[in-house]
Amino acid sequence: MAINRRAFLKGMAADGAAGAAAVVTIGATGEAVAGGGFQRTPFEMPADAVGLLYDSTLCIGCRACQAACKEANGMAAEVPTPYQDWNEGLWDSPTDLSGDTLTVIQVYQDGNMAVKDRAEDGYAFMKRQCMHCTDASCVSVCPVTAMTKDPVTGVVIHHEDRCIGCRYCVLSCPFGVPRYQYDDPFGAITKCQLCTNVPDQEYSACAMVCPTGATLYGRVDDLKAEARLRLAKDPGAEHAYPRGRIGGDNEPNVAPIPVYQDDFYGDNILGGTQCLTLAGVPYDRLGLPLEAPDFSYATLTEGIQHTLYRYMILPAVVLGGLVTLAWRNSRRHKPEDWD
Amino acid sequence: MVGAATRPDPRPAESPDEFGDLDGYVGALGGLTRRDFLKFCTGIAATLGLSPAFGVTIANAATSPRRPPVIWISAQECTGCTESLLRAYHPTIESLILDHISLDYHEVLCAGAGHQAEEFKHRSMEENWGQYVMVVDGSIPTRDGGIYCKIAGETVLDIARHTAEGAAAVIAIGSCAAWGGIPASDPNPTDARPASDIITDKPVVNIPGCPPNPYNFLATVLHFLTFNELPGLDEKNRPRFAYGRLIHENCERRPHFDAGRFAREFGDPGHRQGWCLYQLGCKGPETYANCPAIGFNDVGESAWPVGIGAPCFGCTEQGIGFTKSLHSLSSVQSLTPPTAFPRIVETSDTGITPAAAALAAGIGGAAIGAGAVLASRLAKHAPAEGEGPGNEGRREDR
Repeated sequence: MAINRRAFLKGMAADGAAGAAAVVTIGATGEAVAGGGFQRTPFEMPADAVGLLYDSTLCIGCRACQAACKEANGMAAEVPTPYQDWNEGLWDSPTDLSGDTLTVIQVYQDGNMAVKDRAEDGYAFMKRQCMHCTDASCVSVCPVTAMTKDPVTGVVIHHEDRCIGCRYCVLSCPFGVPRYQYDDPFGAITKCQLCTNVPDQEYSACAMVCPTGATLYGRVDDLKAEARLRLAKDPGAEHAYPRGRIGGDNEPNVAPIPVYQDDFYGDNILGGTQCLTLAGVPYDRLGLPLEAPDFSYATLTEGIQHTLYRYMILPAVVLGGLVTLAWRNSRRHKPEDWD
Repeated sequence: MVGAATRPDPRPAESPDEFGDLDGYVGALGGLTRRDFLKFCTGIAATLGLSPAFGVTIANAATSPRRPPVIWISAQECTGCTESLLRAYHPTIESLILDHISLDYHEVLCAGAGHQAEEFKHRSMEENWGQYVMVVDGSIPTRDGGIYCKIAGETVLDIARHTAEGAAAVIAIGSCAAWGGIPASDPNPTDARPASDIITDKPVVNIPGCPPNPYNFLATVLHFLTFNELPGLDEKNRPRFAYGRLIHENCERRPHFDAGRFAREFGDPGHRQGWCLYQLGCKGPETYANCPAIGFNDVGESAWPVGIGAPCFGCTEQGIGFTKSLHSLSSVQSLTPPTAFPRIVETSDTGITPAAAALAAGIGGAAIGAGAVLASRLAKHAPAEGEGPGNEGRREDR
């Protein structure tokens, strides 16, 4: 083929532009027709789905949940590098979720941090753990179905024996939850499974030990009702906060209602989550994305992929085109030209 | 009255007949012989549970130079604060009132009674106007003109106001005097008020507690005697040395709190192992006091409520003790969350150091220079490469 360097580069650029345009078009179309077109139908939450309600205003930062989680899941204490000069490993002090930390209490700080649960010049606690999305991205991206959603409880479960360690789930999660044990040559993906993985555990250890009821376990419907009840009451009114699990035998914690945000977090955002959050400061300050659609990104990515690859028609067409092109080119140039 | 024993009337003895008329009697011990006086002093020592030898000490104290007079006003109180004070050992209460102060009036510790005691108080106040230390114990009823607590026919409200006028310093001992305490709890039938509500023209030092640790009171008094000024106070007029920190901060059970080990109910395994009492309603995280640091009764560090397994009741804190329900959870007060809490977004480093910036600038500069040289060379070769045959010629060369 008589093609010089200049013509080759021109061709490459044109192809690139066309490809980019196609991607942009598909992307734009996908956004535009969200709910139809490429997007697949979002999954429904199981009727008996369970989850947690974390109320940041009740949290006192005692980290009982962190300790109980480590104990229940048999995970090692963690001392990050900045703490190692004063902490020789006796005191578990993770700074973030990690391969050895499934839940962690973090703090939001602003200004002089004078008042709890205030956005300006205040502070607030935040518990991070798997949100157990109704339509989970990690389940969607897993190439070997090592991440599954329990059909009854809706808990996102990780099957270590199936996992190939590709870490797509780590990248896909909008909350940054699944983590990989990078420091272990035989590392695994770890994430909160609401203690369904722990034998003989009645319900989540973190909720079981929470002294104030800040972390509350229950059916998601009950948790949402409880959250709405708190939001409906006037600030200062007394409320009996259940402790442990909704419907359990624990004495409630009677305390006044604080000033909450307008709504709880996790009802619809990103397709809804089974772990809900209530707080007095804006949720994005606690690290929860607010600028997110009301559907799971998985509905879009799966929709596009499944449309493009449906019955392998489009790949077959592309392959056919390439074969035709190659065949025509090879016919135009006789073997004697190949010197 | 101990104070009276220390300050006998110097005037000559009156005729013995006047003993019968206490109303007109002005010097409780002034009329006694030396022998009777010493006998009295020894009796006082016995009353205080001291060895008879202290009778001599008391007698000596009575003849020593003048010590700062203290007038102790008791209002709606239970005498718990005094009982607590009597159990102090360094200094002991008797060394305080014999060596350091002259307790001129105290309803519990008065040797004299009735008009005799009252008379002595008035005289001491007159003599030491503007110099004595006033101590208020108990809350002061104000409803109906304060008629619900009267001493010698006078309401405590009036007594407190009048006594405060001539006081050099006012100390409110106990939570009743400091915040209102039990008498001021809902529904507060007598409209009981703390001393600071009644005495508004001078600072009232609050030593809250139910009862307060005697050393917080003694140390405040001795600080005043030694330096002639009050110790540093916080915004609620409590001495900072005693009430500067949360009980939670010094609590021996704090590690259990930090590790999330809570007693769930009285007598459960956690409670028996000395775990944190937060979930049982401990008010330590919102109560400022030094109880865990100094303990009570000089019998060891664990002699305080939390030490023996009872959740802190918050007795020293306004709006907590006698106000908040016993088993309701405390709201953990801390001015700032500990630095050991990770942030929502943890910052990893402090930024770019000057050395790193200089290195980056150097590399950037070198790259720009190299680019410029390369560009100038390309420009020189451009005419030769621009021609089509040149390319073919080069291919033939290969």
